[in-house]
Amino acid sequence: MVERSFKKEVEKLRLGEGDEFAGEAILAVTKALLQSGVAYVGGYQGAPISHLMDVLSDAQDILQELGVHFESSASEATAAAMAAASVNYPLRGAVTFKSTVGTNVASDALANLASGGVTGGVVVIIGEDYGEGSSIMQERTHAFAMKSQMWLLDPRPNIPSIVAATEHAFELSEASNTPVFLQLRIRSCHVHGRFPTRNNQAPKLALRDAMENPVRDIDRIVLPPASFMHEREKVESRWPAAVEYIKSNKLNEIFEGKRSELGIIVQGGLYNTLLRTMERLGLADAFGESDIPIYVMNVTYPIVDDEIVQFCNFKQSVLLVEEGQPNYIEQSISTILRQADVTTTLVGKGVLPVAGEYTSQVLRAGLVDFMKQSASAWQPPDDPMRTVAEFIKRIEHNVPARPPGMCTGCPERPVFASLKMLQQELGDFHVSADIGCHLFSILPPFNIGNTTMGYGLGAAGAAAFNTESGKPAISIMGDGGFWHNGLTSGIGNAVFNKSDGLTIVVDNNYSAATGGQDLLSSRVNNENRSTEHAIEKAARGVGVEWTKTVRTYDIAAMRAALREAVDKKNKGPKVLVAQSECMLNKQRREKPAFKKAVGDGKRMIRDRFGVDEDTCTGDHACIRLSGCPSLTIKPNPDPLKRQPVSYVDNSCVGCGNCGEVAHEAVLCPSFYKGQLIFNPNFLDRILFGIRKALIGWLQRRTENRRLGNA
Amino acid sequence: MNISSDHQRPITIAMLALGGQGGGVLTKWLVDLAESNGYRAQSTYVAGVAQRTGATVYCVEMFSQAEIDRVGRDPVFTPYPVPGDVDLVVAGELAETGRAIQKGFVTPNTTTLIASSHRVYSILEKEALGDGIKDQGPVVEVARKAARNFIVFDMDAASEESGSVISAVMFGAISASGALPFSKQQFERTIQESGRAIEANLLGFSAGFAGAAKNVLPLVDEAIASVKPTGVNGEALEGRVRQSLPDSVQSMALHGALRALDYQDVAYANSYLDQVEKACEVESTVSTKGHDFALTTEVARQLALQMCYEDTIRVADLKTRVARMDRIRQQLGAREDQPVHIVEYFHPRIEEVCDTLPAPLGRFVLASTTARKLLAPLFRKGRHIKTSTISGFLMLRIIAKLKRWRRRSYRFGVQSALIEDWLTQVYAALIHDYEYATSIANCIEMVKGYGDTYERGLGRYREIVVLSAASDGNKADLVRKLRTAAENDEQGIAFAQAKAELGTVH
Repeated sequence: MVERSFKKEVEKLRLGEGDEFAGEAILAVTKALLQSGVAYVGGYQGAPISHLMDVLSDAQDILQELGVHFESSASEATAAAMAAASVNYPLRGAVTFKSTVGTNVASDALANLASGGVTGGVVVIIGEDYGEGSSIMQERTHAFAMKSQMWLLDPRPNIPSIVAATEHAFELSEASNTPVFLQLRIRSCHVHGRFPTRNNQAPKLALRDAMENPVRDIDRIVLPPASFMHEREKVESRWPAAVEYIKSNKLNEIFEGKRSELGIIVQGGLYNTLLRTMERLGLADAFGESDIPIYVMNVTYPIVDDEIVQFCNFKQSVLLVEEGQPNYIEQSISTILRQADVTTTLVGKGVLPVAGEYTSQVLRAGLVDFMKQSASAWQPPDDPMRTVAEFIKRIEHNVPARPPGMCTGCPERPVFASLKMLQQELGDFHVSADIGCHLFSILPPFNIGNTTMGYGLGAAGAAAFNTESGKPAISIMGDGGFWHNGLTSGIGNAVFNKSDGLTIVVDNNYSAATGGQDLLSSRVNNENRSTEHAIEKAARGVGVEWTKTVRTYDIAAMRAALREAVDKKNKGPKVLVAQSECMLNKQRREKPAFKKAVGDGKRMIRDRFGVDEDTCTGDHACIRLSGCPSLTIKPNPDPLKRQPVSYVDNSCVGCGNCGEVAHEAVLCPSFYKGQLIFNPNFLDRILFGIRKALIGWLQRRTENRRLGNA
Repeated sequence: MNISSDHQRPITIAMLALGGQGGGVLTKWLVDLAESNGYRAQSTYVAGVAQRTGATVYCVEMFSQAEIDRVGRDPVFTPYPVPGDVDLVVAGELAETGRAIQKGFVTPNTTTLIASSHRVYSILEKEALGDGIKDQGPVVEVARKAARNFIVFDMDAASEESGSVISAVMFGAISASGALPFSKQQFERTIQESGRAIEANLLGFSAGFAGAAKNVLPLVDEAIASVKPTGVNGEALEGRVRQSLPDSVQSMALHGALRALDYQDVAYANSYLDQVEKACEVESTVSTKGHDFALTTEVARQLALQMCYEDTIRVADLKTRVARMDRIRQQLGAREDQPVHIVEYFHPRIEEVCDTLPAPLGRFVLASTTARKLLAPLFRKGRHIKTSTISGFLMLRIIAKLKRWRRRSYRFGVQSALIEDWLTQVYAALIHDYEYATSIANCIEMVKGYGDTYERGLGRYREIVVLSAASDGNKADLVRKLRTAAENDEQGIAFAQAKAELGTVH
């Protein structure tokens, strides 16, 4: 069950001529795909385009009506290779994934696709995970566009611009026989707005027609001599055709301003931040009316030389706002200006930081410097950050960092609690981590994991540590990473190279970190996909002999399995499948079901854990082996004690991890499980009555004696 | 020239929400509220980030549709709140209020700041070996100065009391703040039209509206709660405390004496008071000017905790008390007639059992490897005991009844020796200086708990006492420094480093 259902919202995809769409960008992009007559869509989930996949998944009915094929691809490489359908046929296709990590995975297929070129328009929608909230290395997608010569659209972050860019992307792709990247920045994906809709278009050619009437053109296949021809085609025909399309359709925009001696060139995606910053500096108004002329690059690759020269010519100086590094655009524009003998000063990373996100505060500093250099009479208004600097200083030690962690009741927590206990027993191990929720293990309270080399590459990341040792390397891999590539890159590799290492595959039934999408090993019945393919079986299939599947919450069994797996007498690669359902997904399903069952009068038991505040010592060893959000602290109610006591708050889902950990690690006797019985049956009520009477009587007696004494 | 002066500006809202606080829902309500009432709205957020307990910023902007029509152009909305430009900040937790200030979202003359006074502790605060809680006093103080209007109340309590969710409480508080140009009815209609959990959300809305209107920061009571004896023995002890001890010590000493009485018996409580009186006497021999018997008060507190250490007897007693079972029923939300089971998670080690054995036997078992080996299988696994059943309850009551033999137990002897040694150290330190004595008196706090926690605390406490006694620098400072290091991490990395630094200083 995915994080968010779009079942209701996808109805907006049926809007037609003369209607107005109101909603989020991802939904608007989907609508634009349908308006463009797309024939197939594929992709791999990941922030910030996970919801795009979820929208498509929830829109199966609408897609089927139009004859659009949608696939949840096995990986980004699969998704990109899927676009091969557009090489020979006038089929429009879109694929989507997270960048730059997904683009890395896809780049083999993308390079081949871009070499041979396309007949039908191909749009690669990339969710750019850069800056605030990002969970990946900070790199630029721009480099991929340059190396494969694919075009890169970076539209202004408002719904009409994003929709227009999506539709133009197909046209541009077909006009230049080149696949096109459409870049959506992380906050743009969830931007809310409206646009006038058009009717959806069925694909011009049905997939089935193409399959039944195949077309073959050897010149489109990447093998010499065609590949040499492709390289020339790229620069001799496709590039000029793209530039022509961009120019004639005015994909890049110029906003005039009265200070014509100055200019600003900005990537489309940064336009709104720039404008608001200028407005705060008194250089623009709230509607985008600017003092300084602005050239908005909604297409950041290729750069249109003529437009640049025309914009810059006769200006004294121009500021280039280009986020990320290296500064490809700045280098390019410098060359363009130099070759055209334009003497305008180009200011870019000189006043703006070389690296990092261009937030409004960063842009403000850069703009102020630019204006001081270029317009000496101009004075900036007071910097609001200066007025609050003193406040910020005053509380610098009072605001705790809030590192992310696993959710309440997460089934991955006991895996790392067990690993931590194993390390307490046997000393630290080299742990090769992977990508997924489980990577939070590197943070407090577990502090486990040495490297992460990419999705599904946990086991591969430990490949070098394949030598005689008292402590085998331990690798972590999620079920998502396992099916993405880990089965071959890690497990198969360990078998082939006779590794003695241990790989723990965290199997929580979903691609959980990306929002709970189904996988090959998901234990649900998904009518559109084939599921329930066990990970252990797959590992055995590639030749692993030591495999085990352990329920994660069974800490005793988990510890025993770990001890056995790291025993040096135990040769050969080991795969330990740590199995329990993602708690977020489970609760999403079970909470309403529990409520309903109680409402229907069924006997139900709700578990909740607790810590006795009068026996808790305030040492928090339990928290250091858990980190569960519901296991928290509160001021000590005992007037003699000062240290806060552990406390289980109302968000507890009764997974039992904290109690099991206290048990296994021999922490303290303060944990208890409270079980509340709903709709008790006859026996429950009778027993309850007897117990209440007897225990109550004993308690009253003791209590009276105690109070009389005290 | 400021060209923006001709036009109106957008209303900017920044919300800092934690996982599970429903920031997404609140965002949607705000967008709906604006769009149904003559405004154009935009919202942005980073999906899924808050969920995993991190914090995330939701940004909503609203622009008057009439103004848009008048100008004839679309406004440019920001994807992220800009410092100096945020009209309304809502923080769903107190430390997040501080974060909003750090991000520059809260500026004087511009920002209405609505904050919840409750805390959701960060893992870094929670995992500390002692008290890792960051003081939010300065955050509140700064918030009052930094915001144009600062509204604070406990939203968590408000949502719990109203049986609603915190997002609804926030929505109510926003309405009450008057920061947005919409009436209370328009807010309420937004909830009604959203069509989900309308009744509960309206209750939460009202609670939030009322909370913001009252605008009260709940006070944390720092003073020691007073305690009243309920029986003759307690009253006698109170009489002794009132007569023999200075005013400033009385409250703590009474707590301690009643605790010792509850823990063991009258004689035990009186022997506790003997020690407190002695501490008071010793303290009086040195100049106590300005200290107001702080040392005696600290001794009174720590002595009570050390004398009433948690052994299996005590734990069994506390776990079978009526107040405890009522508390659990209440936490579970059990109705009067609803059956509840309580399953205790016990895993005593051989050490804990030996603690309760008669001293010679306990000492023998602990010293004998054969005996330990023979008994080991009994302690390998933890035990689940249902105190809600008669057998489970009786089992614990029987253990609690062992109280009368406690004085002969192994641990009692060990503990008495520890206490005696500690008091000797405190008095010896007092000859040196008052601060040092107080820090040693306080340092015994590290000796607490069960299993590894107890052993680790005891070991480090002893090292600190020895090291500080041997030092010729500022001893009180040294104790504080070593103590902080000792409580920094379990493995003792910081402690080892602090000790190593000490070596190089000498």
